[in-house]
Amino acid sequence: MTPQDLEIQNLTKKFDAFTAVDDVSFSVPAGSFFSILGPSGCGKTTIMRMVAGFIDPTSGDIRIKGRSVLDTPPNKRPVNMVFQHLALFPMMNIAENIGYGLRRKGVAKDEITRKVGEVLERIGLPDIGQRKVDELSGGQKQRVAIARCMVLEPDVLLLDEPLGALDLKLREHMKVELKTLQAAFDTTFVYITHDQSEALVMSDQIAVMNHGRFEQVGTGQELYYRPQSAFVAGFVGDSNRWRGKVTRAKAGQLQIITEAGLTMTGNNHRRDLSVGDAADIYVRPEAIRISRSADDLAQFENKMSGTVASLLFNGAASRLILKTESGEEIEVTLPQSGEFAGVGRGDTLHFGWSGEQANSFAASEDFTQVYQ
Amino acid sequence: MQSIYQKAARLLSTVSVAALGLAGAAQADTLRLLTWGGYAPEDVVAMFEKETGHTVEVTLSNNEEMIAKLRATRGGGFDLAQPSQDRIAGPQAEFGIYKPIDLSKIDAGQFIGSMLEATKTNTTVDGEVYGVPHVWGTSGLVVDTAKAGSVKDYTDLCNADVAGKVSYRLKRPTLIGFGYAMGLDPFAAYGDEAAYKEVIDQVEAKLIDCKANVKTYWGGGDELMGLLRSGEVVASMAWDTGGWKLNADNPDITFVAPASGALGWIDTFVLPAKGKADDAAYDWINFVMRPEIAAKITDAAGNFTASKGADEYVSADLKARYQASFPPEAVDNIKWYPPVPAGLEMIEGAALDRVKAAN
Amino acid sequence: MRAGSKLGFILLFTPLVLWLGLLIIIPHIDMFLISIRERIGVGKYDTSLANYLTFFGEPLYMLTFARTALMSVLATALTLVIGFPVAFYIAKIAKGRLQSALFLLCLVPFWVSELVRTFGWMILLRETGVFSNLLQWVGLADQPVEMLYNDVAMMVGLVYTSMLFMVVPLITTMESLDDSVIEAGYDLGGNGMSVMREIVIPHAMPGIVSGSIVVFMLSLGNYLTPTMLGGKDSLWFTELIYSQFIVRFNWELGAAFGFMLLLLSSIIVWGTLKLSGQTLEKTMG
Repeated sequence: MTPQDLEIQNLTKKFDAFTAVDDVSFSVPAGSFFSILGPSGCGKTTIMRMVAGFIDPTSGDIRIKGRSVLDTPPNKRPVNMVFQHLALFPMMNIAENIGYGLRRKGVAKDEITRKVGEVLERIGLPDIGQRKVDELSGGQKQRVAIARCMVLEPDVLLLDEPLGALDLKLREHMKVELKTLQAAFDTTFVYITHDQSEALVMSDQIAVMNHGRFEQVGTGQELYYRPQSAFVAGFVGDSNRWRGKVTRAKAGQLQIITEAGLTMTGNNHRRDLSVGDAADIYVRPEAIRISRSADDLAQFENKMSGTVASLLFNGAASRLILKTESGEEIEVTLPQSGEFAGVGRGDTLHFGWSGEQANSFAASEDFTQVYQ
Repeated sequence: MQSIYQKAARLLSTVSVAALGLAGAAQADTLRLLTWGGYAPEDVVAMFEKETGHTVEVTLSNNEEMIAKLRATRGGGFDLAQPSQDRIAGPQAEFGIYKPIDLSKIDAGQFIGSMLEATKTNTTVDGEVYGVPHVWGTSGLVVDTAKAGSVKDYTDLCNADVAGKVSYRLKRPTLIGFGYAMGLDPFAAYGDEAAYKEVIDQVEAKLIDCKANVKTYWGGGDELMGLLRSGEVVASMAWDTGGWKLNADNPDITFVAPASGALGWIDTFVLPAKGKADDAAYDWINFVMRPEIAAKITDAAGNFTASKGADEYVSADLKARYQASFPPEAVDNIKWYPPVPAGLEMIEGAALDRVKAAN
Repeated sequence: MRAGSKLGFILLFTPLVLWLGLLIIIPHIDMFLISIRERIGVGKYDTSLANYLTFFGEPLYMLTFARTALMSVLATALTLVIGFPVAFYIAKIAKGRLQSALFLLCLVPFWVSELVRTFGWMILLRETGVFSNLLQWVGLADQPVEMLYNDVAMMVGLVYTSMLFMVVPLITTMESLDDSVIEAGYDLGGNGMSVMREIVIPHAMPGIVSGSIVVFMLSLGNYLTPTMLGGKDSLWFTELIYSQFIVRFNWELGAAFGFMLLLLSSIIVWGTLKLSGQTLEKTMG
């Protein structure tokens, strides 16, 4: 097996009694975009700082291109980091900023000038070498911060929520641009964020992290459609959630009666739930189909009707809150195909979803947790 | 030609001045006293305040600062000051910071006659008397007789056997004392700038020569006391009272009148030009010159006063120390400072600067 | 401008103008006028530059000034060399309570007057003092050692007195340096030396310059420390000024000395600013 660009083995970091990172292992293949997604305080920054070399792990190993780097100080590791607030050197101009690492390596002066010119060209800002840091826009700074690392041709580039400080529009734009830059430089990116959309859009692989552990590692689709834990289901995307009891379990199908008395059917997705178990059931608003007539929903295992309690208009992401006869509130996505243009408060609608789209887990405390 | 208004105004001002004068005499004043440490002990101030109803505000200082303060305010801010008698005529002629003393308001009978007359002569400018004597004393040598028995005169401070263990001030008394010890007569040369410069030049050479022997030039009395008490310095130029004070703690250390003569000074009473409470000032002078009060001041300051008959009230210890340091012939040998003619200080200053800079 | 806001403006600026005028400008004008007077007889004065000529004509005064300036520069440099690591530690390495405790330690000496602080050093350094006894007790010296009354003692006193005024501006500028900028310096291949040289020091430059100016001025204008710790060889320019004013009654020469001190120290500060490429606005702002 060829060595991976970055391999983390049983990495643990304890601060006194607190375990920030708890026995985490993963590997990142060359040239891929790997994200660690988790709420603040989950330990993702600690992992990144251990990889960069600013913190020593309590136990475990970090390998880059097959070689352990535990004994290598940060300034000698073949990894570079783009900091949350970019950490450009305000006392230097752009060319000096980018050339800093090369100067440290003892590269000849004209070679530095050439390489800096090249990398500025690649990030599409060829003429800003003599400018000062505070003369650049947020997006330009972002690109310079990446160029400053990439000019050193690191094996792995670490990015610590670099988009956090940007405004929404620019952030959307930079997501695409980062992905493009990663492809252009063909370097392994390890990206940490608490923003699921950043992770979903850019990453080849995403690790969802909580309380120092990885909950699930997979592609964006896997996390979204097949969350393996209640935490992932709750953290990635939105979900309607119910708590209930399993009343029937047969051939991969579960029947659950919620606390409010609704009966739901769902696929167990090979999770071990049997009759009598307490279970949490997660259904995404966008997995629920609405209709004016009950007939359209014949193919779904779960069918209900309710009145529109409120309309949350948000363009493409508009939602309806429907109230069932038993008083349960359910959030569903409002399709923008024109069919429901006239829907308003008090209208009665039918809705349903397939058991395949529901995810059921053994009841856990993550049920009540609200993130973001 | 005088207008009626001017006449009226004149009359009015005369009346009001008289009224103010009457009011001033009747009411108690605040006496702002610029003096030396020990010259206005708290118990004496309390007795004075009780007897006269005046209040006394005491500011402690030294000769140079007193004159500098009065010069800065052109004689204001204080009602009574106590510079040395040699520092009155010169500054008065130069800066006009004092006002003449009304001798009729002073009880001359309380003073030692010869001292009063001498001070009056020395402090006379343009026929007006500006000072009357209060406390007198000498400066000479304070010696640890057990460790520096060889030191009998100022120039002995430069002896090899006390190298690194002596101290003196870099001020004018040192120049004058060394001058006498070298067989010169600085006071006689006071009137002739050229002659005086010659004297000072010789002293300067001697002091530069002697510099390696000196531990440090002391600046304040407390500093000197510390140096002598710790034994870091075994002989120094100093005031008599300093020696007597140390003698109480360590019988080996005492004041020695130098062979060439101690230098005598008299601190006086003068009225600052812009003083506002002259009556209180005269009251204070007459009060503190009473023999029993003067003795209290002697006990506090360590120095004797110009008050006639105060000796009887002074503590026996102090008298004994005084007599040990001053056998009768040493008293006769005291060199009293004559008034310093203006301009000499420049010569002295330049010499002292050069001594300090020398290596 | 409406009357109301005009009144507010006047009220706002009156204290400043009074302070500047009464306490700074008028005394300086008065001093200058005194400095160009020449005493030609008892109570008689003439306008001339004689006092300034005296300053330049007497090598002693120039020598004293040069010595004072050089020693002050040296004291400033030493304070910077000692204060910089201290400030770096307090601003960047110490955290939480340790940080405030260390900062407080820097302040503590200033809770007592300069006189008491200087006396403290005298007690430590004198022949019968703490260090001397300690050395004898340890066996490094077989007789009392005098450590007072020399240039080293004076330098120790000056550095000690000035430390706070160097450390505070340094801490302020270094605290404004984002930790991640230092980390980025290491991450991109820098070592301790190069991060200091290329990142921390350039960032702290305004603090270094403003701290140095303050320390230099304080040392140059210090009177107590050189006189008391330096002893018989101290020879400090402020001492000359003091003795001209107070001891010699020669205000004219003292005022001229004061003006020379003001002028020459301004030239030195200006030169330092030019050399370090800083401006007064940047360092004081």
